Amino acid sequence: MFIIVAGAGKVGYHLARALFADHEVLILELDQGRVDFVAEELGSDVIMQGDACDAATMERAGMERADLVAAVTGDDEDNLTVCQIAKAKFSVPRAVARINNPQNETLFRRLGIDSTVSATNLIMAHIEQELPWRGLIPLVTLRGRSLEVVEVRVPSEARIVGHRVSEALLPQGSLICLIIDPDGNPRVPTGDTSIHADDIVLAVTNVESEESLRNALTSP
Amino acid sequence: MNVLIMGCGRMGAHLASMLEDDGHNVTVLDVDKLAFDHLPVGFKGKKMLGDGMDQDTLRRAGAETADAFVAATRGDNRNALAAQIARHVFQIKRVGSVIFDPIREEIYRDLGLRTINPTKIEAQFLRESIERED
Repeated sequence: MFIIVAGAGKVGYHLARALFADHEVLILELDQGRVDFVAEELGSDVIMQGDACDAATMERAGMERADLVAAVTGDDEDNLTVCQIAKAKFSVPRAVARINNPQNETLFRRLGIDSTVSATNLIMAHIEQELPWRGLIPLVTLRGRSLEVVEVRVPSEARIVGHRVSEALLPQGSLICLIIDPDGNPRVPTGDTSIHADDIVLAVTNVESEESLRNALTSP
Repeated sequence: MNVLIMGCGRMGAHLASMLEDDGHNVTVLDVDKLAFDHLPVGFKGKKMLGDGMDQDTLRRAGAETADAFVAATRGDNRNALAAQIARHVFQIKRVGSVIFDPIREEIYRDLGLRTINPTKIEAQFLRESIERED
Protein backbone atom coordinates (compact mmCIF):
# COMPACT_ATOMS: atom_id res chain seq x y z
CA MET A 1 0.00 0.00 0.00
CA PHE A 2 1.04 3.60 -0.53
CA ILE A 3 0.37 5.52 2.69
CA ILE A 4 0.75 9.27 3.11
CA VAL A 5 1.18 10.48 6.67
CA ALA A 6 0.50 14.13 7.48
CA GLY A 7 2.68 15.36 10.33
CA ALA A 8 6.07 14.12 11.51
CA GLY A 9 5.54 14.67 15.21
CA LYS A 10 6.00 11.73 17.55
CA VAL A 11 2.83 9.99 16.37
CA GLY A 12 3.61 10.48 12.67
CA TYR A 13 7.21 9.40 13.04
CA HIS A 14 6.51 6.22 15.00
CA LEU A 15 3.60 5.37 12.70
CA ALA A 16 5.80 5.72 9.63
CA ARG A 17 8.56 3.74 11.28
CA ALA A 18 6.15 0.88 12.01
CA LEU A 19 4.73 0.94 8.49
CA PHE A 20 7.66 1.54 6.20
CA ALA A 21 9.12 -1.97 6.20
CA ASP A 22 5.96 -3.36 4.56
CA HIS A 23 4.50 -0.33 2.80
CA GLU A 24 5.48 2.64 0.72
CA VAL A 25 5.25 5.55 3.17
CA LEU A 26 5.66 9.28 2.68
CA ILE A 27 5.41 11.79 5.52
CA LEU A 28 4.55 15.42 4.85
CA GLU A 29 5.97 17.88 7.36
CA LEU A 30 6.49 21.64 7.41
CA ASP A 31 9.16 21.93 10.07
CA GLN A 32 12.75 21.70 8.77
CA GLY A 33 14.07 20.22 12.02
CA ARG A 34 11.58 17.34 11.98
CA VAL A 35 12.21 16.77 8.27
CA ASP A 36 15.96 16.45 8.89
CA PHE A 37 15.37 14.13 11.83
CA VAL A 38 13.12 11.75 9.91
CA ALA A 39 15.40 11.81 6.86
CA GLU A 40 18.29 10.82 9.11
CA GLU A 41 16.36 8.05 10.89
CA LEU A 42 14.24 6.54 8.12
CA GLY A 43 15.81 7.85 4.90
CA SER A 44 15.18 10.93 2.83
CA ASP A 45 12.68 9.24 0.51
CA VAL A 46 10.26 8.72 3.41
CA ILE A 47 9.77 12.44 4.06
CA MET A 48 8.86 15.51 2.05
CA GLN A 49 8.86 19.07 3.33
CA GLY A 50 5.64 20.94 2.75
CA ASP A 51 2.20 21.87 4.05
CA ALA A 52 0.07 18.73 4.03
CA CYS A 53 -3.09 20.88 3.89
CA ASP A 54 -2.00 22.41 0.60
CA ALA A 55 -3.44 20.75 -2.51
CA ALA A 56 -0.35 21.55 -4.63
CA THR A 57 1.89 19.86 -2.05
CA MET A 58 -0.44 16.89 -1.95
CA GLU A 59 -0.23 16.62 -5.73
CA ARG A 60 3.58 16.65 -5.68
CA ALA A 61 3.48 13.97 -2.98
CA GLY A 62 1.46 11.73 -5.30
CA MET A 63 -1.76 11.88 -3.31
CA GLU A 64 -3.83 10.64 -6.27
CA ARG A 65 -2.22 7.20 -6.05
CA ALA A 66 -2.31 6.97 -2.24
CA ASP A 67 -4.30 4.05 -0.84
CA LEU A 68 -4.62 5.66 2.55
CA VAL A 69 -3.94 9.00 4.18
CA ALA A 70 -3.30 9.26 7.92
CA ALA A 71 -3.55 12.79 9.31
CA VAL A 72 -1.89 12.72 12.72
CA THR A 73 -0.86 16.28 13.57
CA GLY A 74 -1.69 17.78 16.95
CA ASP A 75 -4.35 20.05 15.41
CA ASP A 76 -7.80 18.66 14.64
CA GLU A 77 -8.55 21.36 12.08
CA ASP A 78 -5.44 20.44 10.08
CA ASN A 79 -6.23 16.73 10.26
CA LEU A 80 -9.76 17.32 9.03
CA THR A 81 -8.57 19.51 6.15
CA VAL A 82 -5.99 16.95 5.01
CA CYS A 83 -8.59 14.17 5.00
CA GLN A 84 -11.32 16.20 3.31
CA ILE A 85 -9.04 17.44 0.51
CA ALA A 86 -7.50 13.97 0.06
CA LYS A 87 -10.95 12.46 -0.37
CA ALA A 88 -12.66 15.25 -2.33
CA LYS A 89 -9.87 16.23 -4.70
CA PHE A 90 -7.68 13.12 -4.92
CA SER A 91 -10.29 10.39 -4.30
CA VAL A 92 -8.12 8.66 -1.70
CA PRO A 93 -10.09 5.55 -0.67
CA ARG A 94 -9.36 5.69 3.07
CA ALA A 95 -8.69 8.61 5.38
CA VAL A 96 -7.75 8.23 9.03
CA ALA A 97 -7.66 11.22 11.37
CA ARG A 98 -6.13 11.64 14.79
CA ILE A 99 -8.47 13.56 17.07
CA ASN A 100 -7.43 15.64 20.03
CA ASN A 101 -10.75 17.14 21.10
CA PRO A 102 -13.03 14.10 21.69
CA GLN A 103 -16.09 16.14 20.74
CA ASN A 104 -14.88 16.15 17.15
CA GLU A 105 -15.08 12.38 16.78
CA THR A 106 -18.76 12.18 15.79
CA LEU A 107 -18.50 15.20 13.49
CA PHE A 108 -15.47 13.82 11.63
CA ARG A 109 -17.27 10.53 11.02
CA ARG A 110 -20.30 12.40 9.75
CA LEU A 111 -18.07 14.38 7.39
CA GLY A 112 -16.88 11.16 5.76
CA ILE A 113 -13.60 10.48 7.53
CA ASP A 114 -13.32 6.67 7.53
CA SER A 115 -11.71 6.19 10.92
CA THR A 116 -10.83 8.43 13.79
CA VAL A 117 -8.51 7.80 16.69
CA SER A 118 -8.84 9.85 19.84
CA ALA A 119 -6.08 9.32 22.39
CA THR A 120 -8.15 11.26 24.92
CA ASN A 121 -11.09 8.86 24.53
CA LEU A 122 -8.87 5.78 24.65
CA ILE A 123 -7.20 6.91 27.86
CA MET A 124 -10.59 7.85 29.34
CA ALA A 125 -11.91 4.35 28.59
CA HIS A 126 -8.93 2.85 30.41
CA ILE A 127 -9.36 5.13 33.40
CA GLU A 128 -13.07 4.30 33.57
CA GLN A 129 -12.28 0.59 33.50
CA GLU A 130 -9.82 0.99 36.38
CA LEU A 131 -12.11 3.06 38.58
CA PRO A 132 -14.81 1.45 40.73
CA TRP A 133 -17.32 3.31 38.61
CA ARG A 134 -20.94 2.25 38.54
CA GLY A 135 -21.84 3.52 35.14
CA LEU A 136 -21.60 2.28 31.63
CA ILE A 137 -18.39 1.90 29.69
CA PRO A 138 -18.51 2.03 25.90
CA LEU A 139 -16.10 -0.64 24.62
CA VAL A 140 -16.42 -0.65 20.84
CA THR A 141 -18.40 1.33 18.29
CA LEU A 142 -19.60 -0.83 15.43
CA ARG A 143 -18.48 0.86 12.26
CA GLY A 144 -21.02 2.52 10.01
CA ARG A 145 -23.84 2.16 12.52
CA SER A 146 -24.77 3.95 15.68
CA LEU A 147 -24.44 0.70 17.65
CA GLU A 148 -21.94 0.12 20.39
CA VAL A 149 -20.87 -2.64 22.71
CA VAL A 150 -20.96 -1.49 26.32
CA GLU A 151 -20.04 -2.87 29.71
CA VAL A 152 -22.15 -2.32 32.81
CA ARG A 153 -21.32 -3.55 36.31
CA VAL A 154 -24.49 -4.28 38.26
CA PRO A 155 -24.32 -2.55 41.66
CA SER A 156 -25.64 -4.42 44.71
CA GLU A 157 -28.38 -1.82 45.28
CA ALA A 158 -29.74 -2.16 41.75
CA ARG A 159 -33.43 -3.08 41.50
CA ILE A 160 -32.60 -5.76 38.93
CA VAL A 161 -30.45 -7.81 41.36
CA GLY A 162 -32.11 -11.19 41.99
CA HIS A 163 -34.39 -10.77 38.99
CA ARG A 164 -34.25 -12.45 35.60
CA VAL A 165 -33.00 -10.97 32.35
CA SER A 166 -36.56 -11.09 30.96
CA GLU A 167 -37.67 -8.78 33.78
CA ALA A 168 -35.15 -6.09 32.94
CA LEU A 169 -36.79 -3.08 31.31
CA LEU A 170 -34.37 -2.92 28.41
CA PRO A 171 -34.87 -0.10 25.94
CA GLN A 172 -35.63 -0.89 22.32
CA GLY A 173 -32.43 -1.51 20.41
CA SER A 174 -30.53 -2.91 23.40
CA LEU A 175 -29.56 -6.54 23.80
CA ILE A 176 -27.70 -8.29 26.61
CA CYS A 177 -25.17 -10.65 25.02
CA LEU A 178 -22.97 -11.82 27.84
CA ILE A 179 -22.93 -11.87 31.64
CA ILE A 180 -19.66 -12.34 33.52
CA ASP A 181 -20.08 -13.29 37.19
CA PRO A 182 -17.82 -11.87 39.94
CA ASP A 183 -15.57 -14.96 39.67
CA GLY A 184 -14.95 -14.18 36.02
CA ASN A 185 -17.13 -16.91 34.47
CA PRO A 186 -18.85 -15.75 31.31
CA ARG A 187 -22.25 -17.12 30.28
CA VAL A 188 -24.60 -16.37 27.43
CA PRO A 189 -27.85 -15.42 29.14
CA THR A 190 -31.37 -16.51 28.31
CA GLY A 191 -34.50 -14.76 29.53
CA ASP A 192 -34.42 -16.99 32.64
CA THR A 193 -30.86 -16.15 33.69
CA SER A 194 -30.74 -14.37 37.05
CA ILE A 195 -28.77 -11.19 37.45
CA HIS A 196 -26.58 -10.89 40.55
CA ALA A 197 -24.78 -8.04 42.25
CA ASP A 198 -21.36 -7.29 40.71
CA ASP A 199 -22.18 -9.16 37.51
CA ILE A 200 -20.62 -7.56 34.48
CA VAL A 201 -23.12 -7.26 31.67
CA LEU A 202 -21.98 -6.83 28.08
CA ALA A 203 -24.68 -5.40 25.87
CA VAL A 204 -25.12 -4.12 22.36
CA THR A 205 -27.10 -0.90 22.22
CA ASN A 206 -27.82 1.99 19.95
CA VAL A 207 -26.18 5.14 21.22
CA GLU A 208 -29.47 6.92 22.01
CA SER A 209 -30.61 4.11 24.33
CA GLU A 210 -27.39 4.09 26.35
CA GLU A 211 -28.89 6.07 29.24
CA SER A 212 -32.05 3.92 29.52
CA LEU A 213 -29.95 0.76 29.39
CA ARG A 214 -27.76 2.04 32.21
CA ASN A 215 -30.86 2.86 34.26
CA ALA A 216 -32.38 -0.58 33.62
CA LEU A 217 -29.27 -2.30 35.00
CA THR A 218 -28.09 0.04 37.75
CA SER A 219 -31.02 2.06 39.15
CA PRO A 220 -31.93 1.22 42.75
CA MET B 1 -30.74 38.08 13.44
CA ASN B 2 -28.49 36.61 16.09
CA VAL B 3 -25.04 36.48 14.49
CA LEU B 4 -22.00 34.73 15.93
CA ILE B 5 -18.60 35.72 14.55
CA MET B 6 -15.48 33.69 15.26
CA GLY B 7 -12.28 35.71 14.94
CA CYS B 8 -12.11 39.36 15.91
CA GLY B 9 -9.27 40.46 13.66
CA ARG B 10 -9.68 43.43 11.35
CA MET B 11 -12.14 41.57 9.14
CA GLY B 12 -14.20 40.02 11.93
CA ALA B 13 -14.36 43.28 13.88
CA HIS B 14 -15.34 45.30 10.82
CA LEU B 15 -18.04 42.79 9.91
CA ALA B 16 -19.32 42.79 13.52
CA SER B 17 -19.61 46.56 13.48
CA MET B 18 -21.36 46.61 10.08
CA LEU B 19 -23.85 43.95 11.16
CA GLU B 20 -24.55 45.80 14.39
CA ASP B 21 -25.25 48.97 12.40
CA ASP B 22 -27.75 46.96 10.38
CA GLY B 23 -29.56 46.18 13.62
CA HIS B 24 -28.40 42.61 14.23
CA ASN B 25 -27.57 41.09 17.58
CA VAL B 26 -23.84 40.28 17.32
CA THR B 27 -21.53 38.10 19.43
CA VAL B 28 -17.80 37.98 18.67
CA LEU B 29 -15.54 35.17 19.79
CA ASP B 30 -11.75 35.22 19.88
CA VAL B 31 -8.97 33.36 21.72
CA ASP B 32 -7.06 36.61 22.24
CA LYS B 33 -8.54 39.32 24.44
CA LEU B 34 -6.47 42.00 22.70
CA ALA B 35 -8.31 41.21 19.45
CA PHE B 36 -11.39 42.96 20.82
CA ASP B 37 -9.44 46.24 20.51
CA HIS B 38 -10.24 46.03 16.80
CA LEU B 39 -13.90 46.72 17.59
CA PRO B 40 -15.13 50.32 17.46
CA VAL B 41 -15.53 52.08 20.82
CA GLY B 42 -19.33 52.07 20.84
CA PHE B 43 -19.71 48.36 20.03
CA LYS B 44 -22.58 47.00 22.12
CA GLY B 45 -22.48 43.34 21.10
CA LYS B 46 -21.17 40.51 23.26
CA LYS B 47 -17.43 39.79 23.32
CA MET B 48 -16.45 36.32 24.40
CA LEU B 49 -13.03 34.85 24.99
CA GLY B 50 -12.82 31.28 23.73
CA ASP B 51 -12.01 28.78 21.01
CA GLY B 52 -14.69 28.70 18.31
CA MET B 53 -13.67 25.18 17.31
CA ASP B 54 -14.89 23.84 20.65
CA GLN B 55 -18.54 22.78 20.78
CA ASP B 56 -19.00 23.71 24.45
CA THR B 57 -17.57 27.18 23.81
CA LEU B 58 -19.85 27.67 20.82
CA ARG B 59 -22.83 26.58 22.91
CA ARG B 60 -21.91 29.12 25.61
CA ALA B 61 -21.60 31.77 22.91
CA GLY B 62 -25.19 31.07 21.91
CA ALA B 63 -24.71 28.83 18.87
CA GLU B 64 -27.99 27.03 19.62
CA THR B 65 -29.99 30.21 19.03
CA ALA B 66 -27.77 31.76 16.35
CA ASP B 67 -29.31 32.48 12.94
CA ALA B 68 -25.93 33.00 11.31
CA PHE B 69 -22.31 32.05 11.95
CA VAL B 70 -19.19 33.49 10.33
CA ALA B 71 -15.71 31.98 10.67
CA ALA B 72 -13.31 34.85 10.05
CA THR B 73 -9.97 33.92 11.63
CA ARG B 74 -6.74 33.99 9.64
CA GLY B 75 -6.56 30.18 9.55
CA ASP B 76 -8.36 28.40 6.70
CA ASN B 77 -8.46 25.08 8.50
CA ARG B 78 -9.77 26.62 11.71
CA ASN B 79 -12.48 28.41 9.76
CA ALA B 80 -13.46 25.28 7.86
CA LEU B 81 -13.70 23.16 11.02
CA ALA B 82 -15.68 25.77 12.97
CA ALA B 83 -18.03 26.36 10.03
CA GLN B 84 -18.71 22.63 9.72
CA ILE B 85 -19.40 22.36 13.47
CA ALA B 86 -21.81 25.31 13.15
CA ARG B 87 -23.60 23.68 10.25
CA HIS B 88 -23.63 20.01 11.21
CA VAL B 89 -23.71 20.10 15.02
CA PHE B 90 -25.73 23.29 15.63
CA GLN B 91 -27.69 23.24 12.35
CA ILE B 92 -27.16 26.99 11.88
CA LYS B 93 -28.76 27.91 8.55
CA ARG B 94 -26.44 30.67 7.36
CA VAL B 95 -22.80 29.76 7.79
CA GLY B 96 -20.06 31.78 6.11
CA SER B 97 -16.40 30.92 6.14
CA VAL B 98 -13.34 32.90 5.08
CA ILE B 99 -10.90 30.66 3.17
CA PHE B 100 -7.76 32.40 1.89
CA ASP B 101 -6.35 29.52 -0.16
CA PRO B 102 -8.18 29.56 -3.54
CA ILE B 103 -7.86 25.78 -4.03
CA ARG B 104 -9.13 24.98 -0.55
CA GLU B 105 -11.94 27.48 -1.05
CA GLU B 106 -13.16 25.64 -4.15
CA ILE B 107 -13.06 22.29 -2.37
CA TYR B 108 -15.00 23.58 0.62
CA ARG B 109 -17.53 25.32 -1.61
CA ASP B 110 -18.09 22.00 -3.40
CA LEU B 111 -18.57 20.39 0.03
CA GLY B 112 -21.42 22.82 0.66
CA LEU B 113 -19.89 25.65 2.71
CA ARG B 114 -20.60 29.29 1.89
CA THR B 115 -17.04 30.45 1.37
CA ILE B 116 -15.48 33.86 0.81
CA ASN B 117 -12.02 34.02 -0.71
CA PRO B 118 -10.32 37.36 0.10
CA THR B 119 -7.25 36.43 -1.96
CA LYS B 120 -9.19 36.11 -5.21
CA ILE B 121 -11.30 39.20 -4.51
CA GLU B 122 -8.26 41.34 -3.65
CA ALA B 123 -6.30 40.10 -6.67
CA GLN B 124 -9.28 40.89 -8.88
CA PHE B 125 -9.54 44.47 -7.52
CA LEU B 126 -5.80 44.97 -7.84
CA ARG B 127 -5.89 43.78 -11.44
CA GLU B 128 -8.71 46.16 -12.26
CA SER B 129 -6.91 49.03 -10.59
CA ILE B 130 -3.66 48.33 -12.48
CA GLU B 131 -5.29 47.73 -15.86
CA ARG B 132 -7.59 50.75 -15.62
CA GLU B 133 -6.83 53.53 -18.09
CA ASP B 134 -6.14 56.79 -16.24
